[in-house]
Amino acid sequence: MRISENDMLELIAFTLGDQEFCIEVVSVREIRSWTPATMLPHSPDHVRGVINLRGAVLPVMDLALRLGLAPAEPSQGSVIIVTQIGSQTVGLLVDLVSDIFTISAEEIHPAPDVSKTMDREQIRGMIPMDERMICFLQLNALFGAIESEAA
Amino acid sequence: MDMNEIKEIFFQECEEQLAELESGLLRLNDGDTDPETVNAVFRAVHSIKGGAGAFGLDDLVSFAHVFETTLDCVRSNKLEASPDLLKVMLRSADVLADLTAASRDGGTVEASRTSGLVAELEAYAKGQPLPSASAPAAPAPKPEAAPEAPVAEAPAATDDSGFQPVPFSFDSIDGDDELAINAAASVFTVRFKPRSDLYAKGNEAVLILRELAKLGDLQVRCETDDLPSLDLLDPEGAYFSWLIRVETESDEEAIRQVFEFVEWDSTVEITAGADEEAFAAPDAMGEEQPMAAVPFDLSLLEDEPVVATETAAPEAAPAAQEPAQLAPANMPLAAKAIAAEAEKKEAAVPAVPAAPQTIRVDLDRVDRLINLVGELVINQAMLAQSVVENESGGSSAVNLGLEELQQLTREIQDSVMAIRAQPVKPVFQRMGRIVREIADMTGKSVKLVTEGENTEVDKTVIDKIAEPLTHMIRNAVDHGLEGPEKRTELGKNPEGILKLSAKHRSGRIVIEIADDGAGINRERVKAKAIENGLITPESNLSDEDIDNLIFHPGFSTADKISDISGRGVGMDVVKRSIQALGGRISITSKPGKGSVFTMSLPLTLAVLDGMVVTVADQTLVVPLTAIVETLQPEKSDIHSFGPSQRLIAIRDTFCPLVDVGNILNFRADLANPVDGVALLVESEGGGQRALMVDAIQGQRQVVIKSLEANYTNVPGIAAATILGDGRVALILDVDAVVTASRGQPLSPDMMLAATG
Repeated sequence: MRISENDMLELIAFTLGDQEFCIEVVSVREIRSWTPATMLPHSPDHVRGVINLRGAVLPVMDLALRLGLAPAEPSQGSVIIVTQIGSQTVGLLVDLVSDIFTISAEEIHPAPDVSKTMDREQIRGMIPMDERMICFLQLNALFGAIESEAA
Repeated sequence: MDMNEIKEIFFQECEEQLAELESGLLRLNDGDTDPETVNAVFRAVHSIKGGAGAFGLDDLVSFAHVFETTLDCVRSNKLEASPDLLKVMLRSADVLADLTAASRDGGTVEASRTSGLVAELEAYAKGQPLPSASAPAAPAPKPEAAPEAPVAEAPAATDDSGFQPVPFSFDSIDGDDELAINAAASVFTVRFKPRSDLYAKGNEAVLILRELAKLGDLQVRCETDDLPSLDLLDPEGAYFSWLIRVETESDEEAIRQVFEFVEWDSTVEITAGADEEAFAAPDAMGEEQPMAAVPFDLSLLEDEPVVATETAAPEAAPAAQEPAQLAPANMPLAAKAIAAEAEKKEAAVPAVPAAPQTIRVDLDRVDRLINLVGELVINQAMLAQSVVENESGGSSAVNLGLEELQQLTREIQDSVMAIRAQPVKPVFQRMGRIVREIADMTGKSVKLVTEGENTEVDKTVIDKIAEPLTHMIRNAVDHGLEGPEKRTELGKNPEGILKLSAKHRSGRIVIEIADDGAGINRERVKAKAIENGLITPESNLSDEDIDNLIFHPGFSTADKISDISGRGVGMDVVKRSIQALGGRISITSKPGKGSVFTMSLPLTLAVLDGMVVTVADQTLVVPLTAIVETLQPEKSDIHSFGPSQRLIAIRDTFCPLVDVGNILNFRADLANPVDGVALLVESEGGGQRALMVDAIQGQRQVVIKSLEANYTNVPGIAAATILGDGRVALILDVDAVVTASRGQPLSPDMMLAATG
């Protein structure tokens, strides 16, 4: 996906620990409060398990763990962002939804090449905002493998 | 609606027509002599040809055409429906099905198969059956001879009989066409004489003439010379013919196309040039009139046969009313009588039993409905649970309402499931073909008898039983039944009987495959099992145990591996695929009398009866069909075996204990068996295993939810479901867990997203 100069992007920002991340709003189906998930045997660590989303079985991912951060500790305030990745619906466990905002593509800065776990493919860029810095995630790169593996 | 959709509908209809065709042929084979059966068979082929023509599926059209020509001979009693002919026709029906499938899915059908049958069919149509066709059961010394018979080519003797292939009549018509076109001016004379069949099929001469008028100027004369006096008149007969002078810029082919759909129900002669003489002939009814100005009473007479026979067509009623209403007006007596006749016919219409009303519904829509009902069931269970939890002094109205709701949801669920329920008939019909093919290959003579083919079962089950069933049928014919000589020797009818039956029994469908063959040769099975190391020579096995050895992996009783069933997959594969459907299979056999395979399957794959258990604080559902019994292990029954294995003594056998929590990685250490419950399960190898779980919560029916939809498959887990508390519970894949307990770890290669 190529972002042209004039494109306006609507993003939803959330926190994981002390860092802030964002994803595109178009891929978000809904946001719901945390419910305990049913553990899946033999699944990677960042797969929290599955929950019932109105009759569909929804896998919930610990996004922080997937990004190599400290695992999230789900509390009353934690939320699950239900996203559409490819043809699958996946829930992302985050601490808090902090903001919804619109920016133009030129405000996105390229990500620095520093981290091993957060490689450049998974990060579409950095967005400076007020005093904060928000990391713009590429969900397909993070979880796209589910689909290809299931296929 | 675009072309593809229309085409899709055509293929769906083809399937129905093919089923109709096959069942009609089988009825004829059973000695049915009802002309309506022949007509039904003919109509099926004719419809396929017509539709295929519209889509330009030439292979299909040309084959259907030859088939139809031969059928037409049978229909007009020119040809007797002998058993040999019916065999050829059944094979033709198979090829027609293949051609249809090839047209739909791409691919081709071997030309030798079609051309061989084309030659045979044509030979029958010409009244000179190919000798090879008359003895299909005996292995032909030169099986290739017939298929290689050239179609419509220079005559050449194909075998000893000196049979000369006769050029295909269709081609010869084409040949005439060319001649005609070469000589053609822009004037043609067409003689069109419909037979009563044309009206019977809902066609009408007027419409064809109108269509023809689109090509150019017409001069039409209706010839009524054949019309008998009223007392001799057959109300359903066709007496008129038309002489038409067409002045057109189109060629003869275009004219022929107008008659394409009626060519088999009428005589159509097209000649180039004007036949002025014929037009000049004295004409009782009228002069050269354009169609629009046909005298009224004539049109009435012409309508009449249509009215009388065309009961199914929507035009029938108005057409019938028309003459009835007009009858009082100054009409000739004859017309009144006919009108009265028409009225009588019309009155008789409601007496004809209406065809069952059906609609075609996209499967997705039904699935959506089933999903929603699944939700409803879950929601209802959740509601019931929360009412129980918040028990506020027994509000009986609430409880009563809940009970009713529960009943209603159950009923809705059953009704929705019934929508997807389909008779097993199509699968059974397919088996007919398989039996024919294998019987031909093995030189055996087999009669397939089916019973209970209207037994209904969920579509998903139907789709999945075809394969194991095919395999079992192949096995039964190949291994079960003896050859004709052997059977005669044994005093049996040389024709073996294979009985395929389906019935409902206690909420499951039971399918039986019974043959009257040799039965299982227990000595050989035992010897083979010993040879393969499955049992020791000392083993003391009951007859039943020996029979069931054939379900053991890698077991094949055939001395030599045959092309048909010995492909390295044995009955164990059949058993496994049936178990995967939540079914069971068993065999009973009587030496010399035959064997009966019985499989019992759930009616649906959308819900299953399960036992809800707790394992390491997780809730799991174990399919009830897998569980043989449950027991509470005593400390004295548990014996350690090897470094980490434990066995449990059940009566006089030792059964390996499988810690489900450990296998699924829910806990690292092994649980103490005495604290839990053991579920004795039947595993695919035939042996039993005791699955250790912490506690049993109860039994219930659960709605099966796919894990793959949003995730991927999980080793050891068959699917998921949602329980009354709204949480997801996993359904255990018993076979996978048992396999894993044998030391093959559940596939560790699925490291989700780790590669991403």
